[in-house]
Amino acid sequence: MKRKGKGGVRSTLKGRTVDPRALAEVKKLLGQAPRRRDLLIEHLHRIQDACGQLSAAHLAALAQELRMALAEVYEVATFYHHFDVVKDGSKPAAVTVRVCDSIACELAGSHELLHRLPEVLGAEVRVVHAPCVGRCEAAPCAVVGQNPVGNATVENVAQAVASRSLTCPETKYFDYQAYRKNGGYGLLADCLAGKRTRDEITKIMEDSGLRGLGGAGFPAGRKWRLVAAEPAPRLMAVNLDEGEPGTFKDRWFLERDPHRFLEGMLVAAWCAGVGEIYVYLRDEYAGCRKILEDELKKLKAKPPCALPPIHLRRGAGAYICGEESAMIESIEGKRGMPRLRPPYVAQVGLFGYPTLEHNMETVLWVRQIVEQGAKWFAGHGRHGRKGLRSFSVSGRVKKPGVHLAPAGITVRELIEEYCGGMQDGHELYAYLPGGASGGILPASLSDVPLDFDTLQAHGCFIGSAAIVVLSERDKASQAAQNLMRFFRDESCGQCTPCRVGTAKALALMGERKWDQALLGELSQAMMDASICGLGQAAPNPALSVMKFFPHEVS
Amino acid sequence: MERASNDQIATMPIEFKLDGKTVVGRPDEPIIETAARHGVEIPRLCYAPGLRPDGNCRACVVEIKGERVLAPSCCRYPTAGMEVITDSARARASQKMVLELLLSDMPEKEYRLDSELDQWARKLDLGLPRFEARKQPPADLTHPAIAVNLDACIQCTRCVRACREEQVNDVIGYAFRGEQSKIVFDFDDPMGESTCVACGECVQACPTSALMPAREAGLAKVDKTVESLCPFCGVGCQLTYHVGDNKIRFVTGRDGPANHGRLCVKGRYGFDYAHHPHRLTKPLIRKQGVAKGADFVVDPANWSEVFREATWDEALDFAADKLKQIRDQDRYALAGFGSAKGSNEEAYLFQKLVRAGFGTNNVDHCTRLCHASSVAALLEGVGSGAVSNQVSDVLKAEVVFLIGANPTVNHPVAATWMKNAAQRGTKLIVADPRRTELARHATHFLQFNPDTDVALLNAMIHTIIDEGLVNKDFVKQRTSNFEALKENAKDYSPEKMAPLCGIPAPTIREVARMFATSKGSMILWGMGISQHVHGTDNARCLIALTLMTGQVGRPGTGLHPLRGQNNVQGASDSGLIPMMYPDYQRVDNPEAQKRFQALWGTKLDAKPGLTVVEIMNAAKAGKIRGMYIMGENPAMSDPDVAHAREAMAGLEHLVVQDIFLTETAYMADVVLPATAFPEKDGSFTNTDRMVQLARKAIDSPGDAREDLWIIVQLAKRLGLDWSYQKPRDVFEEMRRGMNSIAGITWERLERDSCVVYPCENEGDPGEPVVFRTHFPTATGRAKFVPADLIPADERPDRHYPMVLITGRQLEHWHTGAMTRRSGVLDAIEPEPVASMHPLDLEALGAAPGEVITVASRRGEIALYARADDGTPRGAVFIPFAFYEAAANLLTNPVLDPFGKIPAFKYCAVKVSKGGARPGDPGYGNGGTLKLMYG
Repeated sequence: MKRKGKGGVRSTLKGRTVDPRALAEVKKLLGQAPRRRDLLIEHLHRIQDACGQLSAAHLAALAQELRMALAEVYEVATFYHHFDVVKDGSKPAAVTVRVCDSIACELAGSHELLHRLPEVLGAEVRVVHAPCVGRCEAAPCAVVGQNPVGNATVENVAQAVASRSLTCPETKYFDYQAYRKNGGYGLLADCLAGKRTRDEITKIMEDSGLRGLGGAGFPAGRKWRLVAAEPAPRLMAVNLDEGEPGTFKDRWFLERDPHRFLEGMLVAAWCAGVGEIYVYLRDEYAGCRKILEDELKKLKAKPPCALPPIHLRRGAGAYICGEESAMIESIEGKRGMPRLRPPYVAQVGLFGYPTLEHNMETVLWVRQIVEQGAKWFAGHGRHGRKGLRSFSVSGRVKKPGVHLAPAGITVRELIEEYCGGMQDGHELYAYLPGGASGGILPASLSDVPLDFDTLQAHGCFIGSAAIVVLSERDKASQAAQNLMRFFRDESCGQCTPCRVGTAKALALMGERKWDQALLGELSQAMMDASICGLGQAAPNPALSVMKFFPHEVS
Repeated sequence: MERASNDQIATMPIEFKLDGKTVVGRPDEPIIETAARHGVEIPRLCYAPGLRPDGNCRACVVEIKGERVLAPSCCRYPTAGMEVITDSARARASQKMVLELLLSDMPEKEYRLDSELDQWARKLDLGLPRFEARKQPPADLTHPAIAVNLDACIQCTRCVRACREEQVNDVIGYAFRGEQSKIVFDFDDPMGESTCVACGECVQACPTSALMPAREAGLAKVDKTVESLCPFCGVGCQLTYHVGDNKIRFVTGRDGPANHGRLCVKGRYGFDYAHHPHRLTKPLIRKQGVAKGADFVVDPANWSEVFREATWDEALDFAADKLKQIRDQDRYALAGFGSAKGSNEEAYLFQKLVRAGFGTNNVDHCTRLCHASSVAALLEGVGSGAVSNQVSDVLKAEVVFLIGANPTVNHPVAATWMKNAAQRGTKLIVADPRRTELARHATHFLQFNPDTDVALLNAMIHTIIDEGLVNKDFVKQRTSNFEALKENAKDYSPEKMAPLCGIPAPTIREVARMFATSKGSMILWGMGISQHVHGTDNARCLIALTLMTGQVGRPGTGLHPLRGQNNVQGASDSGLIPMMYPDYQRVDNPEAQKRFQALWGTKLDAKPGLTVVEIMNAAKAGKIRGMYIMGENPAMSDPDVAHAREAMAGLEHLVVQDIFLTETAYMADVVLPATAFPEKDGSFTNTDRMVQLARKAIDSPGDAREDLWIIVQLAKRLGLDWSYQKPRDVFEEMRRGMNSIAGITWERLERDSCVVYPCENEGDPGEPVVFRTHFPTATGRAKFVPADLIPADERPDRHYPMVLITGRQLEHWHTGAMTRRSGVLDAIEPEPVASMHPLDLEALGAAPGEVITVASRRGEIALYARADDGTPRGAVFIPFAFYEAAANLLTNPVLDPFGKIPAFKYCAVKVSKGGARPGDPGYGNGGTLKLMYG
């Protein structure tokens, strides 16, 4: 930064000034795109995609173009891990390899990859660790550019780098034509044609017992009514920021039947009287983004009926944006910092309007439930529970993957009936019933029904139904540390209990013998006083270890 | 029964339970405040009055019955029947854990004596924190005013909110994520290299000591605090001096009606000029045989070559005898310049001295150089020279039209209200040849060509008539002469004016429509309007816009010329005007003359006196032979200053009263050492017509004396029988001569610190908005005065192809006498610069930072080039604060015919690369900090 002239006098105005060349480049990259500040993250992606990084010169130019302050642009750019903010125009790495080191991948050996890859790939390639990339069924996973290499080895990663295979391979799925051929969008068309009433469809949802499948489990039908009762305009925001470690069901469905989701979304929007829809997709799912872009284009080109505007927004690497209000902030182009509630997003949500927010899978079920009836859905279930759940299973089982199973199934049944049993030579020792946040249960509690409301007594919850299975070769305390590290890295930094608490807790958990009293006190404050679910749930794994696996840390 | 409105419901009292007791709260009052009202103290760190509650620190969490988790009491509002527990074991555990987590990361080193975090830890009986500390970030000491010690940061974001939401300077951000989260300036740049304007609001907001005044001022011993005012601009910010050992240690903002705790860099850090070693401490008399001349080099540290010390008696006798002598030969040969930096009482006594003691009306002051044209147009049009509405009314306006003003630099705290308004959705139209900071916040920015104000404004007037947007009722009932305006406007269609002023016709039409049709439109202007040969015409157009649309007489409307000096309004009100007695009563009006003759018990001259530039011309011609100048520096501030210096050097007798040996004082026969602002009491009137009280905070150095005392001593020696002891004695007399402040008592000023005038009867609340029902003119009506295009006197040509615009910098006040002797301000802007468009610089072959020479037909100066793409092509902007490159050596002394104001905003110059580096004026130059603090 050379701003002092010969006389020791500032030769420009205070602070950074905009380099006319950088401004021209940014203008070109943005093209005709509106210079709205809610599009800041989209604009940052354009620059990052084109340049492989965000230089200070480009960021300053972007700030001027959007009439934003430098700090406003900078704090957003540095919040998201997929933006590489650099002070000067140093050359970006030729390729970035993100090695997932979340729980499932760590169990499968990601540490060794992280250790060995830099040496093998050389200085040109940047190797960084990454939080869960949502491919736990193929752990460990390393993402080369935007190409997820499953069951990663040093060899297959090096191969992908060498051949510059940097994009996500396309999957086979039911495209628009195929979906329509099988009666797709018939329900939506009927709704709009007045053959169905909002009340009727909403009632079916209520009767089916369908609950929010992002983790919170709020009854879907009731949510529609709540939002519909708010004054227009109303918006909808669909959460495809599937970041809970161990969870990959949304991706799994999207890669197979995207229109089933889109139709469900549109029906939900219609029922709640929504005028505009935003779909927020995590940046890790580059393949899904391509699918959605292509299919939305087809849908809009030949719509089955009148459609509300649908906007696809791209995350940028931040787990916290899966939290509903953080996601809204992110869609508005800001840092993903959860809002304080009340007011609730159903009342004051996206851009300040009443907002219907749904997890992708929740609306995915809408068409089938309407077609087959509320009773059909509610008729499933085990051990007194009702409905179906999509379990994302990973860890020490033979057949990891998304398994559609009755709600209330036990982990033992799930492993035996759906996952081909434990891997050879492994015995069930512990399991995570709900991703990173849901706590850790011991094998002795492998016969508890897995569903909403069944695990509270044990200090756990099912959340997004991400089951990670640990064997006697693993340690629950190690897993808990992995999870706390994840929370520390993914904490948005807004509130003290979470920002400072996760870091201090991780330090305490790094000791051979845990200071259980202090960790307990800290955990209670985090659960009680954090703003959002991240900080409130972050202590769960540590508490589980102290409760069920005290021998590991005493 | 009528239904209550939503606003009413929001403030209806409701009952809820607080720690078991039933209390009455309001739905719009956070629990933490209701609790405080009931004597229940809840810890808080991120919560602070005046800032939006953010609820991030979680120190204030409380239990609410039926809720799963604790709630932040700063962001939660009670509902009827709610049960809140603030001190349960569960709530306390979290409150204490939050404090312990933050404490564990605090540094060993103290930057401040008792931080809010320490206070709360003590109150909650916290022991030593049990967690290991984080890895601490290094200190950032790159800024001369502010020390950044992020090791003491608790990430509460109070600084972010202060910077972004309160001051809207938008420098501080909260970047990165999680435990890496960090307070940053711009792109995590060192603060001293950031866009920071050092308003210091972040320092005031910081609850720990992460942001502190530099040089460990936070650890200085303070033995008293004094409630006073800022001595710089017309906004009139209230502040508190923190004094230790008769030195001002630091300054904080006070909750005054104009600033609500906000300050700018000058107000917060520009106080130490009062402690500068150059302060005059003894009366000085010019040594025998030391000649005066316009060509001099001031060396304030080496005054003894020119002057010798004298006793007060000797100096006063010497000063008065010679004045008396000239008076007795020809009273019209005397003149006085009062000061808009002095108090109302000083201004009043000064003009009384000239009128009663000299026997002439040759008294003026620097208002002549800033808003004389605005005042002329306002008196002619609406019958009053003061503002119709206060600055903060921008928050009530739907449209704010700001023209020819750069308030982020010249009225920084006033600018914050404009930025706040823009953030809340007020449509801000900024019109100025220079693109300044506020343009970023504007819905419309009109960068019109210099000198084409009337073209632009007449095109707006034309549009309003053309499109049928005139407020016919208002025009009919409250104004006169509209037909003349209508007739005149015919020739000024936007389509015809667009090529002239450089703004597309549709844009002109759009903003004219917005202005005319909004529920409330307010105009604010600065010296970009007034300092032209057509300054009065410019203001006439603005008045016409307001009148024809009826955008006056209500909150959120009206006319506001942003006044420059801290007491320019009061100095004018008090009669430092050659053709007017106090309260704008004309000297040639027999009624007024009678009134003041009776009040003062002396005969008064009915002939209007000469104005500033006229006095200089008369001095040059030998017609003015003696002058008394108090607290003004015409040797720097007058146009074509070489001419003014010559004029002053030719005076037979020059008495200068000041705190420094200014360029003007250097030419004096006798110099009387006066007191600085914080060394005396007095009332000051800001741009909003608020009369406010300044209080003495420190003793003056050496033998320096209060200005009021000096004036009285001179008056006595001129034969006046004066016995004023205190400012209040003067103020009492002023009330008898000035209806506008007749109702203001000194006791009320002492109690409230501020009273708005007009306040004609004791007990009147004062009127923030005037012209509600009538205008203070003979007919009660306002008058339209049409304006035609008058080009600048000197337009660019082949020899002098560029336009010079002069003005000010954020850090430097006027001629720099005070601010260049303030450590922080001098460090930020040490040397003279000329701002030019980078492409113009490129064409010149000069790199930013290189020396360039700017020459006009009157003189030339060399100074450093600064690249600023907000400066229009073909123009150069130079602040006039720098003696070593005095911009006024270049300016054109041609005057507006009505306001007699010089055209500081426009003359022709040529710019060339190179030149001698500007010399050392003996102060400033980036050396003040070292000189004063080592």
